[in-house]
Amino acid sequence: MIIYGTALLAACHLIGVYLGDLLGAAIGAKANVGGVGIAMMLLIFARLYMHKKNLMPKATEAGAAYWGAMYIPVVVAMAAQQNVVAALKGGPVALLAAFLTFAACASIISLINRMESPESVAAAKKLLAELTPEQ
Amino acid sequence: MWHMLENVAIQNSLITAFAAVGIIMYLSTHLSRRLTFGRVHASAIAILIGLGLAYWGGSQTGGKMGLADIKLFGGIGLMGGAMLRDFAIVATAFEVRAEEAKKAGLIGVVALFIGTVVPFIIGAGVAYAFGYRDPIAMTTIGAGAVTYIVGPVTGAAIGASSDLMALSIATGVVKAIIVMVATPIAARFLRLETPRSAMVFGGLAGTVSGVSAGLAATDRRLVPYGALVATFHTGLGCLMGPSVLFLATKYLFG
Repeated sequence: MIIYGTALLAACHLIGVYLGDLLGAAIGAKANVGGVGIAMMLLIFARLYMHKKNLMPKATEAGAAYWGAMYIPVVVAMAAQQNVVAALKGGPVALLAAFLTFAACASIISLINRMESPESVAAAKKLLAELTPEQ
Repeated sequence: MWHMLENVAIQNSLITAFAAVGIIMYLSTHLSRRLTFGRVHASAIAILIGLGLAYWGGSQTGGKMGLADIKLFGGIGLMGGAMLRDFAIVATAFEVRAEEAKKAGLIGVVALFIGTVVPFIIGAGVAYAFGYRDPIAMTTIGAGAVTYIVGPVTGAAIGASSDLMALSIATGVVKAIIVMVATPIAARFLRLETPRSAMVFGGLAGTVSGVSAGLAATDRRLVPYGALVATFHTGLGCLMGPSVLFLATKYLFG
C-alpha cells in the first residue's frame, strides 16, 4: 500500500527530529541538532533493510518517492515566503557580510572539491547517471 | 462570481498553493527552454520567480512571510514551511547511495566546522569595520552570517538588542538568497558534480534553505547529499555561537 511508504517516511522524520532535539538538549545547543540529517540516515538504513527482506514493493516505494519528487516545488514555495524585503533593507552591513561570506566559502568549497581525484569524480558521475534522471 | 472563486481559493489554501507553484514550474520550464535554451535550469528560474513574488508580497503587505502574507496565497506558507520542506528533504534520502555518503562523511564534518567559523569571522569582521565594536554586537552579526537562525538564537543567549538581532537575521537571509541564486551560476567553479562535492558544499555554504534551493537549481540528484550535511549546520552554529565563538570574540575584543 502506498501509505506504508509515506508512513515510513513520516516515522523516520519524527524520530529523527526527536533525536535531534534530544541531542541539542544534551549538548546545550538550544536548537535541533541535525534532526533532519538523522531522519535521512534512518530512512537510508530502513530502505536498505527492507529491500533486503523484500518488504519494499513498488507501491510502498512510491509513497516515499513522491515526496522526494515534490522537493523542488516545495523549495519554490519556500523561496516565495522568504523575507526578501527585510533582507534588502538590511543595508550595507548585511549585504557585505553575506556577500563576503559566500565568496570566502565558495573559494574554500572550490579548493576542497579540486582535491577530489579525477578517477573518483568519473566514478561518482557514472553512478549519478544511473540514478533517476532529473525531474 | 470573482469573490466566490477567491473564497474557494482561500478556504483551500494548500491546494491553491499546489496549483500556483505548478503554474510557476510550467512557466519556468518554458522560459528555461525557449529563452535560455536549457542553459539556465528551470528550477533556478522558478526559485527566482519565487523570490520575486516574495518581494512583491512583502512590499504589498509589510509582513515577514513574502507571498504567503497575501491571503490568497496563504497556503504557500504551509507548502514551503519548515514542516513540508524537511519532509521532502528527508524523502530525497531515498535516492542516497549509502556508500557514497559514507565515503565523504569525514570531509563533510570538516566542511561543517569551517562553514561555521569562517562566516562567523567574516560577519564579525564586517560588523567591526562598520563600527560595531562590542563583542555582543560582533558575535550576533557574525552568528547571523552562519545562518539566520543561529543569529537570533545566539543574540538572545548573550543578550543582544532587538535591532542587532534584526540586522543579524537580515545578514543570514541575504546569505541564503545569495546561495540560492549564485550556486547554479558558480556551479562549475565550485566543482559541484559529485556526491562528495555536494556534501562539502552542504557543510560550507550553510543554511538548509540556501543549500537545498542552490543544489535544486544546479543538479537535483545532488540535493540529498548536500542536505544531509547542511541540516547539521544550524545546530552546530547554535552550539558554538553563544559559547566558543562568543568567548573568543570577548577575549579578543572585550
